[in-house]
Amino acid sequence: MAITREEVLHVARLARLALSDAEVDRLRDQLGGILDYIRQIDTLDTGDVVPTSHAVEMGTPFRDDSVRPFGGKEALLSNAPDREGDFFRVPRIIED
Amino acid sequence: MHEWTLLSAARKVREKEISSRELTRAILDRIERHNPRINAYVTVLTEKAMKDALACDEALQKGRTLGPLHGVPVGLKDIFCTRGIRTTCGSRILHNFIPPYDATVTGKVLSSGAVLLGKQNMDEFAMGSSTETSHFGPARNPWALDRIPGGSSGGTAAAVAAGLCFAGVGTDTGGSIRQPASVCGVVGLKPTYGRVSRYGMIAFASSLDQGGPITRSVPDAAMILSVIAGHDRRDSTSVDLPVPDYLAATRESVKGLKVGLPREYFEGEGLDPGVRAAVEKTLAVLTSQGAQALEISLPHTRYALSAYYIIAPAEASSNLARYDGVRYGHRARCEGGLIEMMSRTRAEGFGAEVKRRVMIGTYALSAGYYEAYYGKAQKVRTLIRRDFEEAFSKVDVILTPTSPTPAFRIGERTGDPLTMYLSDIFTIPCNLAGIPGISVPCGMSREGLPIGAQLLGKHFREEDLFMAAAAIEREIPLPRVAPMGEA
Amino acid sequence: MEFEAVIGLEVHAQLSTGSKIFCACSAAFGAPPNENTCPVCTGMPGVLPVLNRRVVEFAVRTALATSCAVRKKSVFARKNYFYPDLPKAYQISQYELPLALAGHIDIELEGGAKRIGITRIHLEEDAGKLVHEGEFAGAQASLADLNRCSVPLMEIVSEPDMRTPEEAGEYLRRLRDILVYLEVCDGNMEEGSFRCDANVSVRPMGQKEFGTKAELKNMNSFRNVEKALEHEIRRQIERIEDGDKVVQETRLWDAAAGVTVPMRGKEEAHDYRYFPDPDLLPLIVEEAWVEELRQTIPELPGEKITRLTRTYGLSRYDAGLLSSSRALADFFEESLAVFGDNPKVTANECVHWKEAIAAGKISPETIAHAVEDREKGTISATASKKLVELAIETGRPIREIRDEKGLTQVSDTGALEETVSKVLAANPKEVESYRGGKAGLLSFFVGQVMKETRGKANPRIVQEVLKKTLG
Repeated sequence: MAITREEVLHVARLARLALSDAEVDRLRDQLGGILDYIRQIDTLDTGDVVPTSHAVEMGTPFRDDSVRPFGGKEALLSNAPDREGDFFRVPRIIED
Repeated sequence: MHEWTLLSAARKVREKEISSRELTRAILDRIERHNPRINAYVTVLTEKAMKDALACDEALQKGRTLGPLHGVPVGLKDIFCTRGIRTTCGSRILHNFIPPYDATVTGKVLSSGAVLLGKQNMDEFAMGSSTETSHFGPARNPWALDRIPGGSSGGTAAAVAAGLCFAGVGTDTGGSIRQPASVCGVVGLKPTYGRVSRYGMIAFASSLDQGGPITRSVPDAAMILSVIAGHDRRDSTSVDLPVPDYLAATRESVKGLKVGLPREYFEGEGLDPGVRAAVEKTLAVLTSQGAQALEISLPHTRYALSAYYIIAPAEASSNLARYDGVRYGHRARCEGGLIEMMSRTRAEGFGAEVKRRVMIGTYALSAGYYEAYYGKAQKVRTLIRRDFEEAFSKVDVILTPTSPTPAFRIGERTGDPLTMYLSDIFTIPCNLAGIPGISVPCGMSREGLPIGAQLLGKHFREEDLFMAAAAIEREIPLPRVAPMGEA
Repeated sequence: MEFEAVIGLEVHAQLSTGSKIFCACSAAFGAPPNENTCPVCTGMPGVLPVLNRRVVEFAVRTALATSCAVRKKSVFARKNYFYPDLPKAYQISQYELPLALAGHIDIELEGGAKRIGITRIHLEEDAGKLVHEGEFAGAQASLADLNRCSVPLMEIVSEPDMRTPEEAGEYLRRLRDILVYLEVCDGNMEEGSFRCDANVSVRPMGQKEFGTKAELKNMNSFRNVEKALEHEIRRQIERIEDGDKVVQETRLWDAAAGVTVPMRGKEEAHDYRYFPDPDLLPLIVEEAWVEELRQTIPELPGEKITRLTRTYGLSRYDAGLLSSSRALADFFEESLAVFGDNPKVTANECVHWKEAIAAGKISPETIAHAVEDREKGTISATASKKLVELAIETGRPIREIRDEKGLTQVSDTGALEETVSKVLAANPKEVESYRGGKAGLLSFFVGQVMKETRGKANPRIVQEVLKKTLG
């Protein structure tokens, strides 16, 4: 199934993946092949079958509304690639 | 001593036949000798392991044991978060990530008294069937170093098969415990979905992932499952059911057990004749012990791979979106603004297979395609579940090959993603249905490569799997540690 | 050509639970940056959400109070997009199957009552805050504070039933009052616990189809919502009259300039790729629980206003003032239980002293006694005010202070007749002038009696007695 270059670039943008031209071409081929294979399911009649959206058949469990501080702010921040005081620092969004 | 089973080692430590330090030292030495070739471990905790072993010995002196695995050195797939210890998930994007929390599985293993040797190699973000996508280099099959150890828990299976730990815990989303166990000649179990907590287990496909044991014997696997199974309030998909005595199940007789053989798993040209023969022999073993064989059909089997390769990448594309360079892990150095930083970070941090699956998943969920792909795949999933429900109304367990072939060569299938995906054709349906599955060694190929048989069971009936697998193990004894050639 | 506006409002209300929706961090406002965080709400690898029961309670009660149908099964879905204040790069929300549907709020306008439909109510988690380094546009970086991540939000979407900015304002105020009554949200627009976005379009009177709508954001008070809508409606009408088309876009309200401006940049059309969150199972709300919660719904503002006007003959305006706070309305009625002869007066008093009442500095008795004494003439109006002030200050019972300070005024006609006679006897010339037609002298006599009694006489009674005596 043909997937266009534009579609590859669009999906890459949605997924925040920077791709080289070579990668775009390679992915276009590979994804095309995979999507072809996957589309086998088209041939199956699933008319009124209920989709399995959850692997377990029960309601979601609840927790009580009690506060339990994690108390590890420093540990959380220490993994930050760029940090300013107690903030995570990121580049500005450039308006395009 | 590196060939001892987990239970055997645990007993010897408990009865003070050997100290934890001796045992741990011995295994650490083996790791030092063999890991450079096998690459089973990404992180080896030499100092910490010896410190923990010492603590275990001291506790024993005072007559205290922490739990059933007191003092025994084990390994964890590098997908389980370990507090204060680097957890990479086989990826560059987490190459420097140090979690400030333990996964529930980690906590349970440590509470049982085991000593953690290190974090084991894996396919990046558990996406793969050969451990070739690991950022830290491929792991190798101890039975043949030019062959894959399977994936994604290839490092764990290799470590167990090479005597580099007494047991390991891996994860299985489409076969990632069972297939490596099969090609490495060891035992691997994927529990029922919801049996083992996923908290702290880095997510690939949330509705399919489960953690489970990789060990050198079936009773060992039963022991590990007893340790890690159970309800966890921190995991909303974890099921609140009592944990039965899995070890006892390994001693039960298979007399009267109804074993189903799904015809769809035995048709098709992909199945290696040696594998087929080994599984047929396995069936004979079971029937000779009083089990009953029945032919069954799982008609939607051939759609399973397609459904899986929509659902898993879709969930993964969402689960991996958090790796954006903002709060932890790799961040690209670049001039541009935020979007560029995120896009470059992920381009640099993820390998090709991960990118492929993130792309497929994003595509399958994107506007205009949701119903055709994700929506449809979820319906196919229902049909597959129904196939199993129908089958289990007639049989207790289902017997199939685990992997269509024994271990293939490193580099053999990396050229075409689809070829690689087909390695999981027998293991995937089980994840889609949420049922448990075990792989147990059942033969050797002509080239001396291990072959595994897979047993699938009803939801939360791991006991049936342990019972049948133990019977197979008793009747088909096979070496569980590869002859490494002492280098 | 005459136009009419079509307005729909989307409210995000922060629920005032103690902990966040999916983790046990504190949901409190105002902590130091990244203080109220944990691996779950900061989206670390391997973490999983667990739902806070009280969040569901609050949402179900809101649904009941707005006559919505509560779904037995609703589903959490992931809304996927990348942003530094969204740690998991998806927001857990509800999409196809929200918690509640098809409710309404009745609002009161000049021309009568109007019913505004509510399309849906659903639960979701809040995102963090992005602070821009430096104040100027040249700043290179942003700073992320994730405290607010996973604070529980309830999204309430109205039907596009409003036709004027006033109706929109009324709807918002009424909705806010309901949420405050239920104690599920503190309804503070300025602090961000009650947020509103608007969808507005115009169409020629009589046309059935909706016009193209614009989404308005960044309105941080009820008044600003009204002003923004006023401006935008005018802007859209002008465009159409000029022959241009209205563009479907998001516009931000610039309160300083008094205009809406298009939102630049960020709004590339988002493809959120919604799918059911596999880490959370469906939210099941059993009927028994709903019924249990239904019992906890207090009398709501609308009902209360109606009842107060009917039962006590208050004006809707006064009833509205009293009902602005459940506590104030309760205080009013408790006070009437002590002395209920003059509800209107009691109402006025309650409104007058509402700050002190809110601060818990007056008891219902105090007001009841103040009103009773004044109505019965035991104290003067001035004394009444002073006594309440003293009661607030000292916390002592008002009658105790009254007696101690001797602030009772004389209303006994008999006693006053004596004093009146004395005063009249002392001022024969004025009596004659009064009898001769100078009616204005009455206040002179009243003053004299007041002087005689050292201000203690009830001026009204004094007047009566004077009139009677003077003829």
